[in-house]
Amino acid sequence: MSRRTIITLVVMALLAVLPPVFYLTGNAFYLDLATRLTILAIAAVSLNLILGYGGLISFGHAAYLGIGAYAVGIPAHHWLYGGLESLGLATTSGYVQIPLAIGVAALFALVTGAICLRTKGVYFIMITMAFAQMMYYAIVSIEEYGGDDGLVIDTRSELPFIDLDDPLQLFGLAYVSLVIAMLIVRMIVNSRFGMVLRGAKGNNERVVMLGFNTYLFRLTAYVFAGAMAGYAGALLGNFTTFISPEMMDWGRSGELMFMVILGGTATGIGPVIGATLFIVLEEVLSSITVYWHLPFGLLLLAVVLFGKGGIMGMLRADKEGDQ
Amino acid sequence: MDFALLVIQTLNGLQLGLLLFLVASGLTLVFGILDFVNLAHASLYMIGAFICATLTFALGNFLIAVIVALPLTGLIGWAVERFVARPLYERDHLDHVLATFGLILVFETLAHLIWGPEGIAVPLPAFLQGQIALSDTLIIPAYRFLIIGAGLAAAGGLFWLVNFTRLGMLIRAGASNRTMVSALGINIEMLFGLVFAIGATLAGLAGMLVAPITEANIGMGNSIIITAFVVIIVGGIGSMKGAFVAALLIGLIDTLGRSFLDDFFKLFMSSDAAENSAPAISAMLIYIIMAVVLALKPQGLFPPKVR
Repeated sequence: MSRRTIITLVVMALLAVLPPVFYLTGNAFYLDLATRLTILAIAAVSLNLILGYGGLISFGHAAYLGIGAYAVGIPAHHWLYGGLESLGLATTSGYVQIPLAIGVAALFALVTGAICLRTKGVYFIMITMAFAQMMYYAIVSIEEYGGDDGLVIDTRSELPFIDLDDPLQLFGLAYVSLVIAMLIVRMIVNSRFGMVLRGAKGNNERVVMLGFNTYLFRLTAYVFAGAMAGYAGALLGNFTTFISPEMMDWGRSGELMFMVILGGTATGIGPVIGATLFIVLEEVLSSITVYWHLPFGLLLLAVVLFGKGGIMGMLRADKEGDQ
Repeated sequence: MDFALLVIQTLNGLQLGLLLFLVASGLTLVFGILDFVNLAHASLYMIGAFICATLTFALGNFLIAVIVALPLTGLIGWAVERFVARPLYERDHLDHVLATFGLILVFETLAHLIWGPEGIAVPLPAFLQGQIALSDTLIIPAYRFLIIGAGLAAAGGLFWLVNFTRLGMLIRAGASNRTMVSALGINIEMLFGLVFAIGATLAGLAGMLVAPITEANIGMGNSIIITAFVVIIVGGIGSMKGAFVAALLIGLIDTLGRSFLDDFFKLFMSSDAAENSAPAISAMLIYIIMAVVLALKPQGLFPPKVR
């Protein structure tokens, strides 16, 4: 087994075992922390597919988390207060909400991705950011769903066999989802599709000359990553039971990017390690001082200025390489 | 739709457009010449407003405070170039974005530490507090004219600087071929520091001008930076002319859209539907315009010739 595989297995095993142990020994708070980081790790894993393997620097990934969360919140809101029954969207059924979250996120990724991917470089960064902010302002302006103040989800998604009101089961669902997400991304990356995607990151012209329409490959990956983050958003809505436009603010998108970079781009376990470090650091620093953004920002600067390749880059003894 | 409101909102749109230009011109200057993506540009807008607010109370006059605060903001911009941007020129844009994202957190928390969580209202001198009545219904605060005048003056000054001075010549030359300029014996590092400082000063000026209207507050940078991005994307990144045209366009469309879109929608849909859809659509309007422009011209309206 390579060193990277061992790290992956150890991290995933710890993530599976520690939170339930904490919970059963009376430290429910740590389970909450673990659920949040697991859900954010799914989003980071999806971002890594396009950012790490595809080289597409998307600065608007938090929008998909928001879309997914509102796809849970809006039907639950109508279920309680009426409206939209004719569309079948006044429901707390997970069978409706989760496909809705994935579908709308995929659609948003398709429409905006089709435009964003016509551009490259710094244009791409700014446009993904601008489209995410567009979603933000759109939600802020809809008073029915609370606007700026956000929306309380009174009833969590109802799923067969699983009761999401039980913190342990919610964590279990998030954990299993994370494992599946990682396996799917791994499968995609190692497939012919993934090779084209990675090749286009290295040298787009060359891959185009080989006869591949890299635009379509990238768009597919972009839609896929969006859909996956939309699913994570549905979980996040069920976890926090309070959602607001703030969760798709561009600062949140930046944090997701930071998780991926911190852990190491284009590695399977990197985003999970990044998300874990991020959440733990946030928790520790914010318990020490309200000004925790200061050491946090300085750390971010230090990671970029002096660290290369994130945690996985530093841990890599065997230079197997990513490309 | 009444005429007075239309004039007032057009002036407001013009004002927003000019403020956007002041922020966007620095962004586009820094990107066009240094190939550096600076998310923290809007932090300088915020810092400028705060410094100006403090100096207004210390010196007792808003206009003197602005004059003193401008070089201070420029100095901070220069320090950002020296210590954060310069080590990153050879890296890719992802690193620029992350480092300057970290810088935003640092600047915002520092502002929070120094000036507290509340916004600071900036008092205007008496002669700027008055209103100018153009007709019985058309009353406009005098300060709006100052903003528009100052914005136009700064835009003109920048145009003159870039096109008709030796410094501007070097800046343009540096944008097309950095290596050649430095081979000709120009101190390229000093030139880059200067460009950054000019950009910071312009963003700071925008923050100072807006502070008496909205207060100096910590979130002010975040609300304008994305709109400034939209401006330089629509205008073409690196193009000063593009930034100017797009800033006025976006400023006017955003302001007029927010005030008149519901009236416009009522022309062809029910009053209820118009009232419900107009706020959401007008909030998204500038992004829709950006999408349309990009679908037609992926490089923006005025793509720069080099690069």
